[in-house]
Amino acid sequence: MLYREAGDFKTSYAADAQTFPLAFDRWGYWVLLALAALVVPFVVNDYWANALLIPFLIYAIAALGLNILTGYCGQVSLGTGGFMAVGAYSSYKLMTAFPWMDMVSVTLLSGLVTAGVGLLFGLPSLRIKGFYLAVATLAAQFFLVWLFNRVPWFYNYSASGQISAPERELFGLVLTGPNAASAVQYLFCLAIVIALAWFARNLTRGTVGRKWMAIRDMDIAAEIIGVNPLRAKLSAFAISSFFVGISGALFFTIYLGAVEVNSAFGIQKSFLILFMVIIGGLGSIFGSFAGAAFLVLLPVVLKLVGVDLLGWPTTIVAHLQLVVVGGLIIFFLVVEPHGLAQLWRLTKEKLRLWPFPH
Amino acid sequence: MPETFLFATEVALNGLMAGVMYSLVALGFVLIFKASGIFNYAQGVMALFAAMTLVGIQQGQVPFAHAINATFGTDIHNFGWQAPALLAILLTVGVMIALAWAVNRYIFRHLVNQEPIILFMATIGLAYFLEGIADLMWGSEIKRLDVGLPQGINTWIDETTFTIFGYGFFIDNLDIVAAIIAALLVAGLVAFSQYTKQGRALRAVADDHQAALSVGISLNFIWVLVWSIAGFVALVAGIMWGAKSGVQFSLSLIALKALPVLMLGGFTSIPGAIVGGLIIGVGEKLFEFCFGIGQCFGGFINLGGATENWFAYVLALAFLVFRPQGLFGEKIIERV
Repeated sequence: MLYREAGDFKTSYAADAQTFPLAFDRWGYWVLLALAALVVPFVVNDYWANALLIPFLIYAIAALGLNILTGYCGQVSLGTGGFMAVGAYSSYKLMTAFPWMDMVSVTLLSGLVTAGVGLLFGLPSLRIKGFYLAVATLAAQFFLVWLFNRVPWFYNYSASGQISAPERELFGLVLTGPNAASAVQYLFCLAIVIALAWFARNLTRGTVGRKWMAIRDMDIAAEIIGVNPLRAKLSAFAISSFFVGISGALFFTIYLGAVEVNSAFGIQKSFLILFMVIIGGLGSIFGSFAGAAFLVLLPVVLKLVGVDLLGWPTTIVAHLQLVVVGGLIIFFLVVEPHGLAQLWRLTKEKLRLWPFPH
Repeated sequence: MPETFLFATEVALNGLMAGVMYSLVALGFVLIFKASGIFNYAQGVMALFAAMTLVGIQQGQVPFAHAINATFGTDIHNFGWQAPALLAILLTVGVMIALAWAVNRYIFRHLVNQEPIILFMATIGLAYFLEGIADLMWGSEIKRLDVGLPQGINTWIDETTFTIFGYGFFIDNLDIVAAIIAALLVAGLVAFSQYTKQGRALRAVADDHQAALSVGISLNFIWVLVWSIAGFVALVAGIMWGAKSGVQFSLSLIALKALPVLMLGGFTSIPGAIVGGLIIGVGEKLFEFCFGIGQCFGGFINLGGATENWFAYVLALAFLVFRPQGLFGEKIIERV
């Protein structure tokens, strides 16, 4: 009954074009934000923050980035892990080379560096399309991981080849390193996620986003009606990599603290984020969050049920996890190829008519 | 310099042999892509699954033994018999055909008319699923696969080249056998698609789905057929790779190596898969030899090794910029 546009009169174009046209959605959105920012940090314990909330926020950024490239601009990328590695290693180099730099600048600059690298690897997309491009982005993935493994300058000649985040503060609170409080880390990630999601949402419904979607739907037709494919594709690559780079930087500085490039940013990571985007829904901001939440939650739930409840050995649960993830992907594609976001959209449509559907 | 040249020749020859292995995997990709437009990422995992099933049947393992033991507290592992290699291979072929049927019945029949990218995602899901099932069924430890293929250095080549050049080439017997089997396999596939009724139907489907349907060819049957053939190719590849380096998870990663092979050769061309495999095999071995570990030009460039991880992709990428459809691929014609 509450879920209606009736009585909610729009008196300006801005009000008419807003993201949440229904008052209920708007209020829900603000309540959710208030809960996430004002309540959660004070009640959450270390386990839940580190196992669920922080990885969820970080993966959501990466999924947003990939969704811009694949969902909005239609360029399939399997190089996400490699770009995350660029973000992580540039934040490490910035933190160690300029110890006075604050974390916000470090994170944003790492994003910019990754955007540059993404631009470079996006160049072939002007000639190569579809699957050929997907395979070409694998070149980025493998080359970048190899580079960070082989060139000692990137890991400051440390003996183990690992990088580990030094301790940094923000507003007098310890943000990185082993002494950081997880509530502070959570709030930092949350602020960045909110800013980036707002950015992505407004980008995708403006001129740039419409150009991307035109390129996605049919690039030749888009070119004929005056969309410059060079600019559209490269801007998608750059902005997507910016998001992915920030996610990689946070993944290293906030979430893991110490990183070995092969295990943290291997090809598996690229696939994981691609799955988030697909299960969540291609071409949807909400979908990126839903997909990230789903795939972060799934292993935790499986572990709770398999190891703690049924008492199976962890190896079997790990294999079972593969089966479940694979099965779920197939299931989702068969039932709803447009992902969780489409299910959510259908639910909202039904809700608007409830309880009198005719 | 002549010594370096001899080394380089040996490296190139071994690269050629490795290329045959890549081609074997790429072949399965091309078959499915031509017939159904599905880019089957799961081909590598199918090879792993086939090889694990073969070993499991050969050694009489109980499927899902670990899970059963963990759930019911029992301690079972083997049935206590060993199957002869030929019987095990036949049974594995049966399993792969059943898999082909199930994949079509439960996945791709529901995804007809979806975009190619959705189909591709479905095969990635299938790859995860199969990998998990294979590990659950047969256990994830590294297994030795032995179906009686000859292995070790080929002494005849070693001695002959030694008498001619004064330096004996090292070439593995297994690689030679793999090359011969790959040649037979391709010849068999060509004969099948040229001279049999089903083969002709298969080519018709590859050309045009709707036209094939309208002259009475059953798409479902053809798809099951082509997935079965791809399963068989995967089994052959699995046997070769398994005999070479043991049956283990990394086997499924050769699928990733087969991708640049496909890009070079073109997704729709069987000869392309062969030639692409050979180019990639020779190219990456020579590049590693020359620049990766710095053996050519007096160690002029030394990148510190492990260039094999990315060289194939970068080569394919550079190549595609000049010829976007690959060496033998169909020319891409786009219309509005």
